[in-house]
Amino acid sequence: MTEPLVVLEGVEKHFDNFVAVQKANLTIGSGEFIAIMGPSGCGKTTTLRMLAGLDAPTKGEVRIAGKVMNDVPAHARDTPMVWQSLALFPFLNARENVEFGLKMRGINPAERRTRAMNWLERMEIAEFAERNVETLSGGQRQRVALARALVTEPKLLLLDEPLSALDAHLVIRMQSVLTRLQRELGITFVYVTHSQSEAFAMADRVVIMSKGEIAQIGTPREVYRAPKTRFVAEFVGRNNILPGTVTAHARGTATVETDQGTFKVKGDAAVGQTASVVVAADMVQIGKGENTIKATVISEEFVGSMVTVFLEAPGGAELKIQLQERALADLDIKTGKTVSLSWATKDGHLLLEEAT
Amino acid sequence: MTRLDLFLRVYLALIVGFIFLPIFVSLLFSFNSARFPTLPMSGFTTIWYETIFADPDFWRSAKNSLIVSACSAVIATFLGFCTAYTDYRYSFRGKSLFLAIILLPPTIPLIIIALAMLAWFSRVGMSGQVISIIVAHTVLTAPFAMAIIRLRLSQIDESLEAAAWNLGGNEWRTMREVIIPFCKPAILSSLFLTAAVSFDEFTVSWFVSGLNKTLPVHVLEIVQGTIDPQVNAIGTFVFAISITLVVTSQALIFFRLQRSAS
Repeated sequence: MTEPLVVLEGVEKHFDNFVAVQKANLTIGSGEFIAIMGPSGCGKTTTLRMLAGLDAPTKGEVRIAGKVMNDVPAHARDTPMVWQSLALFPFLNARENVEFGLKMRGINPAERRTRAMNWLERMEIAEFAERNVETLSGGQRQRVALARALVTEPKLLLLDEPLSALDAHLVIRMQSVLTRLQRELGITFVYVTHSQSEAFAMADRVVIMSKGEIAQIGTPREVYRAPKTRFVAEFVGRNNILPGTVTAHARGTATVETDQGTFKVKGDAAVGQTASVVVAADMVQIGKGENTIKATVISEEFVGSMVTVFLEAPGGAELKIQLQERALADLDIKTGKTVSLSWATKDGHLLLEEAT
Repeated sequence: MTRLDLFLRVYLALIVGFIFLPIFVSLLFSFNSARFPTLPMSGFTTIWYETIFADPDFWRSAKNSLIVSACSAVIATFLGFCTAYTDYRYSFRGKSLFLAIILLPPTIPLIIIALAMLAWFSRVGMSGQVISIIVAHTVLTAPFAMAIIRLRLSQIDESLEAAAWNLGGNEWRTMREVIIPFCKPAILSSLFLTAAVSFDEFTVSWFVSGLNKTLPVHVLEIVQGTIDPQVNAIGTFVFAISITLVVTSQALIFFRLQRSAS
């Protein structure tokens, strides 16, 4: 069996007394689009920098294409990166920026120029080739940065929050540019972001990190619908989390007693185990059903066609439900009103927690 | 215009006048045919310029001044660049002490530096040579070079260097292809400014130059001997070179700052 393109084995990174990354195990296949996601300071950028050779792991092993990379300096790797700040060279024009990597590899000027121009054309910015990069717009600069990273035809492209400085409408445009590119080139993208929408829109698999540790690895659907830890459940999407204890278990369905009531949820657990019921906000309906809870409306958040309603359940737990704005209009929901909420047993998710 | 505005304008005008009037007078009288600087002026002449340009002593000291300012500018800028980069890139124990020592020379009175240099050079057998003036001027001007280049480095995007490594450039290559091009306006500006400072520096030159006079030292010797309008001509000549260097240096910094601001 051939080894996956990238393997992280027990990787740790310490800065003096601060542990930035610990116990990181991750394999990334050839041609995969991986998003590493988490709040700031979770170690996602440090993980990326270790792949690029800008930080050396304190412990563990980083392998790329079967080769141990721990001590290979950044300039001897072929792991170009697209930077958050883009880091374009301000004293070079767009074409010279793209040529940089080729120049460092000692490729002759004529070929450099041809290859750089090809990439600028591919990114649809050939007309700006001789322009100073400081005079280009955000989107154009982004394309120059991508062309500069891809011109050496690497097997692995690293992206560090490259879209965070762009306007919302440009982000959507660049997302489709990135996914199309990744498919056409068939190379591996490792994309670091704190934005769930970017990660879910583009990635084949998502790696969620928290406090230097990998909390969960899975497809966007898996981490969204079946979070493995409370952190993931809170970080991803809009989940209602009701902590409690398992009181019964039969035929793949557990009964969990919480402060807000007793609910049935699919999943395997031992009686007496601490567990939470997780229900995504869009799975909750108004009205009675298999699992019902009463709650008082606190506020609404209107974001176009969807509305999130925030409610308070007995015991002070905050609940969220997501509805179509059209559906809400028919329901006569006002702040202060108490309503019944319900969800189907199959839509709940059982979250087993380690006693901490 | 408020009263304060008016006051400040007058004040500024007085300061500018105080600095530039003597130079202007010197320029004016360098073209005056009378031997003594009296008004009204007696007539236009270029005789004083012809005199100094015919004087081998003037050419000798002008040559010394040019050699000294060119050499010390290059060495001071090189040292200034290295120090500025060290400060930008590395942190180490005793760094603030290191920087304090580097930036010390401009805070010491010139007369003290001059005396100390003279004593030191005669002890090591280097007194009275052109190279001694170069060394002295390098010490004096290197802190300025460091300050100008460090200011430029503080504007660099910190990822820029790492981006160059990431694209396959080793440390030396990155220095050549990224850091130096980025600092180029500051490096040029530093070369001009340190050359200007060296070119019209008098006190230290006078102490350490011995027989290898620089232009400002030559001027003083003329003044000591006689009242001679040649001095006006030389003064104007020195001023023209210095001001050109300084203005070029300032223009380089100013335009670069404006471009990065827009």
